[in-house]
Amino acid sequence: MKVMNCPLNGPRNISEFAWGGEVKPMPDPASVDDKVWADWLFLENNEAGVVREWWCHVPTSFWFIAERNTITDEILKTYAAGDVFNSRVEFSKKAETK
Amino acid sequence: MLPAFFPLKILRYGLSGKYPAERFIPKAQDLKKSYDVVIIGGGGHALACAYYLAKTHGITNVCILERGYLAGGNTARNTAIIRSNYLTPEGVRFYEQSLKLYREFSQELDFNILYSERGHFTLAHTDAAMRTSRWRAEVNKQLGVDSELIYPDQIAKLCPHLNMSDHVRYPIMGALFHPPGSIARHDAVAWAYARGAAKMGVEIHQQTAVNGLIIENGTVKGVETSRGTVYANRVMQAVAGNTSVVAKMAGFRLPIKTIPLQACVSVPLKPFLDQIIVSGSLHVYVSQSSRGELVMGGSTDPYGLYNTRSTLDFKEGLLGHMLELLPMLGEVKVMRQWAGMTDMTPDFSPIMGLTPVKNYYIDSGWGTWGFKATPVCGMTMAHTIAHDSPHDLIKPFYLDRFVDYAQVGEKGAASVGH
Ligand SMILES: Cc1cc2nc3c(=O)[nH]c(=O)nc-3n(C[C@H](O)[C@H](O)[C@H](O)COP(=O)(O)OP(=O)(O)OC[C@H]3O[C@@H](n4cnc5c(N)ncnc54)[C@H](O)[C@@H]3O)c2cc1C
Repeated sequence: MKVMNCPLNGPRNISEFAWGGEVKPMPDPASVDDKVWADWLFLENNEAGVVREWWCHVPTSFWFIAERNTITDEILKTYAAGDVFNSRVEFSKKAETK
Repeated sequence: MLPAFFPLKILRYGLSGKYPAERFIPKAQDLKKSYDVVIIGGGGHALACAYYLAKTHGITNVCILERGYLAGGNTARNTAIIRSNYLTPEGVRFYEQSLKLYREFSQELDFNILYSERGHFTLAHTDAAMRTSRWRAEVNKQLGVDSELIYPDQIAKLCPHLNMSDHVRYPIMGALFHPPGSIARHDAVAWAYARGAAKMGVEIHQQTAVNGLIIENGTVKGVETSRGTVYANRVMQAVAGNTSVVAKMAGFRLPIKTIPLQACVSVPLKPFLDQIIVSGSLHVYVSQSSRGELVMGGSTDPYGLYNTRSTLDFKEGLLGHMLELLPMLGEVKVMRQWAGMTDMTPDFSPIMGLTPVKNYYIDSGWGTWGFKATPVCGMTMAHTIAHDSPHDLIKPFYLDRFVDYAQVGEKGAASVGH
């Protein structure tokens, strides 16, 4: 079976992981309109080549980022989300301003 | 007189010029400078569209550009299941029209596609699946589609080979029974449309990849191919797993992910399984082809890929569950395996019609369920191109439904049973 290297748990069978889709910059939920939100939610680059994606190690619920080649089915790199994201998104803000 | 099978006689017959093999499409020629309509992709959908453009709308100055060989994509890789027992009224109406066209297909195109009505059973192993089956049956009946929820006693009578035991992980509680569910020979469908279209003047160019689009002021003017530039008044793309790659040339993105779907067949067995059996909870489906092979598959791979490799994980998962349904297959060997790249949408419905680029049309989002729709896609896309306006049947499948939050949710009816 294909093996993926989890930044938290080390090398594990690919069947322990769930695919989370492309890493895309999220618009600010407090100010975004419905169209921009729908674009972010649904539209995909669906790249043939090297992509950067969210993955989850299911048994430990650990989300991280992986770089993969979607043509050759090679996993190039995996790292913790904290290496890229260093601030929290406050989802409650929008509700409060309404 | 020598017997008909005498080897020399057969050789003489074969070598004699008196009985040339029929050519379905004329030999390749040079590309013209321009066409009324250029179609990117040479699968069943593209061929059907060209056929209807010529036949119904009299548009024959049409060119199909296929980068590989004719219908070598998902058209050649699918498991050939045809049915119309979907969940939404929009879906049911659309697929039912396709079944009507399929029933007349062999007659109309004078080409035997081995259309075989088998009866389609979607097994339910949970309360939730029973509820969805009941829901689907009611929607189906409302629209005149033969579809009924049946219970274990009746299932056992109709499918005597199924393991109806309670002592399995997921006992069978009921099934959505769809008598018109069918299979057909997929290659024949493509070749019939190719021959029909070519007879009316459509040009089919294989080994011709589209690498770019010519767009001026938001209007498509032509395509760049591996054999030079071709101008066109209208252009359609029907490229299944490569949908996003080609749409990117046109400058727009889609709510589509390219994910492999794998399938396999067993060695040929004597005919014993008339029915098409699907189990959503067990992620398997099976039917027996006219050659005797069991055709087996499940849902898409767990992650996206532009690759048609096969995996052992897929077969282990699939066949473990298959043995729960049909334990007597324990000694049967798998003979062939393959995969196709499917263009999956979030709501399991297609994306068809107009695009942000003027005179540029799309037939996509066909995922794991588009073989059964081949005739109706051809018919409706030809109408859409000829009138520059979407056919009524495909209006619900417009691209902007995602921005409008108006999805056509078919997941319950399409994620495993294609
Ligand atoms: C394993 C499997 C099982 C399936 N089972 C079923 C089933 O039981 N029932 C069902 O209804 N559906 C099923 N499907 C889905 C069905 O096969 C597809 O939806 C359908 O065949 C799509 O047809 P198409 O003509 O749009 O695409 P295709 O037949 O894939 O044709 C697209 C063509 O475009 C060409 N192309 C791509 N890029 C370019 C380019 N840049 N330039 C030129 N040409 C290009 C490709 O080479 C290809 O030949 C299954 C699919 C798979 C993979």
